[in-house]
Amino acid sequence: MLLQQLINGVALGSTYALIALGYTMVYGIITLINFAHGEIFMAGAFVGLLAVSILKLNIFVAMLLAMVVSMSIGVVIELIAYRPLRRSSRLSALISAIGVSIFLSSLALMIFGADAKGFPSTAFPVRQIKVGEAEISSLQLLIIGISALLMMGLEFIVKKTKIGKAMRATSEDYNTAALMGINVNRVISFTFALGSALAAAGGVLVGVLFNAVSFNMGLMAGLKAFAAAVLGGIGSIPGAMLGGLMLGVTEVLGVAAGFSSYRDAIAFTILVLVLLVKPTGLLGRKIQKKV
Amino acid sequence: MLRVENLSVNYGAIKALKKVSFEVKQGEIVALIGGNGAGKTTTLNSISGILPIHEGKILFGDKDLTRIPPHEIVKLGICQVPEGRRVFANMSVLENLEMGGYSISDKKAVSEGIERAFTLFPRLKERMKQLAKTLSGGEQQMLAMGRALMSSPKLLLLDEPSMGLAPMLVEKIFEIVVEINRQGTTIMLVEQNANMALSIANRAYVLETGEVVLSGIAADLAQDPEVRKAYLGE
Ligand SMILES: Nc1ncnc2c1ncn2[C@@H]1O[C@H](COP(=O)(O)OP(=O)(O)OP(=O)(O)O)[C@@H](O)[C@H]1O
Ligand SMILES: [Mg+2]
Repeated sequence: MLLQQLINGVALGSTYALIALGYTMVYGIITLINFAHGEIFMAGAFVGLLAVSILKLNIFVAMLLAMVVSMSIGVVIELIAYRPLRRSSRLSALISAIGVSIFLSSLALMIFGADAKGFPSTAFPVRQIKVGEAEISSLQLLIIGISALLMMGLEFIVKKTKIGKAMRATSEDYNTAALMGINVNRVISFTFALGSALAAAGGVLVGVLFNAVSFNMGLMAGLKAFAAAVLGGIGSIPGAMLGGLMLGVTEVLGVAAGFSSYRDAIAFTILVLVLLVKPTGLLGRKIQKKV
Repeated sequence: MLRVENLSVNYGAIKALKKVSFEVKQGEIVALIGGNGAGKTTTLNSISGILPIHEGKILFGDKDLTRIPPHEIVKLGICQVPEGRRVFANMSVLENLEMGGYSISDKKAVSEGIERAFTLFPRLKERMKQLAKTLSGGEQQMLAMGRALMSSPKLLLLDEPSMGLAPMLVEKIFEIVVEINRQGTTIMLVEQNANMALSIANRAYVLETGEVVLSGIAADLAQDPEVRKAYLGE
């Protein structure tokens, strides 16, 4: 049933979109693929899990806590792993990012072990709600609702606030932003904070959705979200939202059409196709040379 | 006001500036002229703090600017209109001006600054909601200048404001430069269009492959046979 698949696809796609936003914002400003972004998402999921199961916090408070912790992790990663390499080649920063990614997932493996952990069943009561022929679960509703809220919040920050406008200016032209008196280092930290907070929210939502949190969950989710960001046009915020949703829907439809064993391959097929046909993605601008 | 002493800047192995020294006094218009690749942009970007300096000093008042980050330099009162205007293409005219006032925390001062920019460039007011990329070249130059003036700089650095503009517009832009100066802003003007630059400047320096080869009163330089031959097309 198409409506049902669309609901499932949008719910899944919202989580991709939340993660994709971090990739796209960071790339927009410092043209770096933050390979550790998936691990920030994973860290958020663990913080949420611990907050719910040990601190007995309710899911919303747990999510806020996860966002705050991941925010700090993201800012610190930029500070120690990327900032010192700002004037070096793009490749050095990329290697550093891969290093941070491996470090964080190994750290999680050491602390939490290799088994996936689930949220307690009381974390969020799941009920099915009829929507015409289809059903939407309260959990899907939560995911879509929270994602929509966060993305509207992001849209507000980027469009209306001073620091958000500075983010756009810096991503358009780094040097000129500095010449106008914008503290670009602060803007970069802020960008990492925003992206990491969104990823953490995504981590908690995905953890609850699949009832599984594990040290390596950031890898596949990160790669898919990256594919979504490229599909939408890397550097474009609306692009990341659109790309995430489209990827989620495509994936669910693909599975429904009987390609379930190729589930993860769908994202990468899309990635390759986009790179071949339209490297700037759906909403991406032509990448200007920044002199 | 600004004193540059023995400034050397390298891009890797390329020596873009070799012991360049010059001075800008309060209230002056000082022109820095020279051909392609002479090092004019490099000079301005060193002053603005976006290029690492190899050796030398840049003194603004009695403060050494060489280790100060670019946004702090704007706060100290130096702002640059970069070469090629570099407006934020996908932001509106109004947002571009707001970015120019980024270092000002007082909202009222920012809106006063915007009003001032609109008085100086009425064209911008009519287009304030438009994206900067939809402006014509001349309008973009006006926006870039209005944007830089938002921080009320004591010293305005202009990098080739006449670039790519029709002669009529060039004249208009230079009139505005003189007007900005008359209202109390000191100006350092970089130009390939030596004729125009020398006509409004008090003093000038001639830069050639990273070195100052001539300097003096602008009117005198405009009469100098060597300058006329090399830069005024005679
Ligand atoms: N980013 C860079 N990397 C390497 N070399 C550079 C870079 N920028 C400038 N150069 C070199 O430094 C020298 C001075 O360049 P600069 O841009 O300062 O000249 P300019 O006087 O502003 O020229 P124009 O009038 O063409 O703008 C040139 O030889 C140029 O090739
Ligand atoms: Mg130049």
